[in-house]
Amino acid sequence: MTVESTAARKPRRSSKRTSAAKTPAKTPESSGPQLVQLLTPEGERVEHPDFEIDLSADELRGLYRDMVLTRRFDAEATALQRQGELGLWASLLGQEAAQIGSGRALRDDDYVFPTYREHGVAWCRGVDPTNLLGMFRGVNHGGWDPNTNNFHLYTIVIGSQTLHATGYAMGVAKDGADSAVIAYFGDGASSQGDVAEAFTFSAVYNAPVVFFCQNNQWAISEPTEKQTRVPLYQRAQGFGFPGVRVDGNDVLACLAVTRSALERARRGEGPTLVEAFTYRMGAHTTSDDPTKYRADEERVAWEAKDPILRLRTYMEKQDLADAAYFTALDEESEALGKRVREAVRAMPDPDRLAIFDHVYADGSPLVDEERAQFAAYQASFAEEGN
Amino acid sequence: MAAEKMSLAKALNESLRKALETDPKVLIMGEDVGKLGGVFRITDGLQKDFGEDRVIDTPLAESGIVGTAIGLALRGYRPIVEIQFDGFVFPAYDQIVTQLAKMHARALGKIKMPVVIRIPYGGGIGAVEHHSESPEALFAHVAGLKVVSPSNASDAYWMMQQAVQSDDPVIFFEPKRRYWDKGELDTESIPGPLHKAAVAREGSDLTLAAYGPMVKVCLEAAAAAQEEGKSIEVLDLRSMSPIDFDTVQTSVEKTGRLVVVHEAPVFYGSGAEIAARITERCFYHLEAPVLRVGGYHAPYPPARLEDEYLPGLDRVLDAVDRSLAY
Ligand SMILES: Cc1ncc(C[n+]2csc(CCOP(=O)(O)OP(=O)(O)O)c2C)c(N)n1
Repeated sequence: MTVESTAARKPRRSSKRTSAAKTPAKTPESSGPQLVQLLTPEGERVEHPDFEIDLSADELRGLYRDMVLTRRFDAEATALQRQGELGLWASLLGQEAAQIGSGRALRDDDYVFPTYREHGVAWCRGVDPTNLLGMFRGVNHGGWDPNTNNFHLYTIVIGSQTLHATGYAMGVAKDGADSAVIAYFGDGASSQGDVAEAFTFSAVYNAPVVFFCQNNQWAISEPTEKQTRVPLYQRAQGFGFPGVRVDGNDVLACLAVTRSALERARRGEGPTLVEAFTYRMGAHTTSDDPTKYRADEERVAWEAKDPILRLRTYMEKQDLADAAYFTALDEESEALGKRVREAVRAMPDPDRLAIFDHVYADGSPLVDEERAQFAAYQASFAEEGN
Repeated sequence: MAAEKMSLAKALNESLRKALETDPKVLIMGEDVGKLGGVFRITDGLQKDFGEDRVIDTPLAESGIVGTAIGLALRGYRPIVEIQFDGFVFPAYDQIVTQLAKMHARALGKIKMPVVIRIPYGGGIGAVEHHSESPEALFAHVAGLKVVSPSNASDAYWMMQQAVQSDDPVIFFEPKRRYWDKGELDTESIPGPLHKAAVAREGSDLTLAAYGPMVKVCLEAAAAAQEEGKSIEVLDLRSMSPIDFDTVQTSVEKTGRLVVVHEAPVFYGSGAEIAARITERCFYHLEAPVLRVGGYHAPYPPARLEDEYLPGLDRVLDAVDRSLAY
């Protein structure tokens, strides 16, 4: 390498500079005035000057039910993975409030672009939870028609979907419709070029899109400090649109903040970045081992902020639900778990020839030829009698 | 160190350790390569021993990883970057193809790009979408890149050493489903050059040429064919760019038959290149057309279908029979 000599002549002069650069700025604490909160971890209702919400007892019970059932579904999927029924599972444990709060803020005509972890949002959209399991079982790459529930397919390549959401929103605006679009992504994804480009396009074209970042503190083994030196919600400012940080374990605040951002989009005022400050309580996926990089105390501290417990405390204090409600919900949870378990076990493997289905909308002689060869080859085993 | 048995993954880990020890300019960069040691643990323990300055957890941004590796190389470093999975290299593809590959030529040879890009690749581990792809042809098609893939622990160790020492960018494809396979590793034996193909098994009736994950399948096929009295030679190409056509030619001149096997789609794949060149070089020695066994012109299928998609023993033996029938 020819530049070696240059590097040798000029060693890094100041060791001070190196060590200064090594200490990343910690992102601010998960409290304080910049964090929108309407329900404290202790289950107390608090007010926020910019975001208010007034929900009926029925609506509150609905949110609670959504979170409980989503958690139950998630737990069942994790168990199914352990039993070898699923190849992989990405759990949403701890992120129920962020997903249900934002998901319940959506109108039917809004469009959702999820990552691979948005099981709670899918629930709000009416996607049958068993449909979410096909790709994790390895029988398909999607498993639902995105246009039935305005819920796009899960995207595994980090950050890609934020651009799709922006383009979709540009189309909504061109059509003169008043729908909004929401794109989900993680704190790690915020580092991807695609996400920066989505911010740029959405700002320039004033696209009606809400960027909903679930900052669950970790991108596999890397903490948020390895992605950013400023709080994520502040990123938006540099692109020319507002950013807000919401307590991601507070379903009321997530609902209020997302609703307000969606309304802004509908009014033609452009994008908003919502950073839901939350925590991934489990492993990144069932293949991950968080004990390699994460201290147990951290999880314990966040357990005290559990999104489901805090709403339950509030409901009990306010007498919004009686024992019969909770018992019935427990039964519904068990029934959901059973339904999911049975559906997964009964899920057939795809037909072998499905490899060649839908490669092209227009069809292709190349694919036809390979399909025929494949079929003949498979048939040759049957002829041999085995 | 005398010969020792270890997994391909461990051999890579040892090799990276040696590279860090030998040259202070060597860096390791990538997502989760630090405390976690990478999702496949190939960099396990390296950050602990060499520090965060040498083994660098990067932001989740592949274009950023490769782009900054280019800058570090310009400054005299020798970055080894990890792309977490094959399907996630594409955000970096622009940097690799338009910048990394061409830099040396654009600078009229005045600058060098000693960057190694490690990519766990290929199927067979039951993963979800984008975790099982074989994009080697997309890189081999680009002038300025070396593209290699070891098939066993010993090659993993030595080829990584050679890749790090190379002044050219090397795309280092690691056959992820062979990570846990154990093999003999002699850290003292002196290996041949990086691009040199190896005769993995001698034979006289037909040549099977493969690389990376498919070498093992071909060796198994050759063993099975032996029972039927067929003598199959197996070549481990090791390098997809350049390709050691001389070794392939020598083998085909002996056997008269060639079947190329890879996981990547056959259409426009490395098998096509080998078939064309060997047909030119060995036209009068060939007893049969060069056949190819590989993936289909379809997206890599969901896990439950990958055994149908990936070439297995039966498909390789079927091609052997077809070739021998000419
Ligand atoms: C382009 C790309 N690079 C790497 C990966 C591998 N990977 C899958 S999830 C993940 C971490 C994502 O973290 P974050 O965006 O914070 O979302 P989270 O999973 O925490 O919800 C990584 C590195 C990927 N899927 N896509």
